Amino acid sequence: MKTKDALYNFCLRLADNNLVLGQRMAEWCSRGPILEEDLALTNISLDLFGQAETLYEYAVLLKEANITADDLAFLRNERQFYNSLIVEQPNGDFAFTIVRQFLYSTFARLMCEALMNSNDESLSGYATKALKEVKYHFRHSSEWIIRFGNGTEESKNRAQFALNELWRFTDDLFVMNDIDHELISVGISFSLDDIFGQWNFAVQEVLREANLFTPERFNVIKGGSNGIHTEHLGHMLSEMQYLQRVHPGAKW
Amino acid sequence: MEINNNQFPQWEVFIQTKSGSPFEHAGSVHAADKKMALQNARDTYTRRNEGRSLWVVPTDCIVATTRDEEEEFFDPSLDKTYRKPNFYKMPKGTNNL
Repeated sequence: MKTKDALYNFCLRLADNNLVLGQRMAEWCSRGPILEEDLALTNISLDLFGQAETLYEYAVLLKEANITADDLAFLRNERQFYNSLIVEQPNGDFAFTIVRQFLYSTFARLMCEALMNSNDESLSGYATKALKEVKYHFRHSSEWIIRFGNGTEESKNRAQFALNELWRFTDDLFVMNDIDHELISVGISFSLDDIFGQWNFAVQEVLREANLFTPERFNVIKGGSNGIHTEHLGHMLSEMQYLQRVHPGAKW
Repeated sequence: MEINNNQFPQWEVFIQTKSGSPFEHAGSVHAADKKMALQNARDTYTRRNEGRSLWVVPTDCIVATTRDEEEEFFDPSLDKTYRKPNFYKMPKGTNNL
């Protein structure tokens, strides 16, 4: 595989994570548990959309074809999306959304820290800028986890339930394929094995403070970075892409 | 004060727009604890780059004058125009003071 093709695909993977999770967080708009939290969730959504846009624009540049960032977001099918499975999981209740955010943001933070050392300037630039936002997402979600765990019996149960449900999707965050191997060999990316230990440590640290259990690994599902998804992504895309599909080229 | 008791406690938010300038009251938020109050203040009042620093204060920690006290607190200064700087002549060349 050529480096350029690998980098293009890698940008899509990073961008798709942001776009899909951003769309999920946008679904909270006007449904937040309190006004301030409604703003917090949609702020996170906008951060993620912004990150996705930066990466899609870069992908367009790499592709040297007549496509736009919007085409990448709105005209690809489910199997052409490379996001992790965890970000496409439906929102569930507030605890479920926060646990999903926490598990992903912990990963994204380590990812950005590692990509800051990429020898690709666009990627390291992206990572440096995104890290500030991702750190805040981690802070926001991890503090909620600690409140849930030490709150009422109900908040603790809901957080634990979410953790148990989402845990099987976390291995998928660390799956590598040919793209990774190519990019690692040229110093653009790094081995995801290197951050797995740190991710585990950071997650455990918060769970311990929250008095929540680390779930058992079972029914592990993987496939996101190879375009294999759970049934939820297709439904989400059909709603998100509806306008561009029905009115191609429609502008705001 | 607590009309709707299923809400988190109220906090007052003060924003400093740049280093050295005073903290100004921006509004209020509801939050369960200090950390949440700061984050809610950030998300509610600084989304458009309004701030460099934030204070949050539990609303019930603010000591305020009441309407009843208005006359005795503030009316005596009404007729003390000599306390204003209007009577000083401005030196030449200080138009923008």
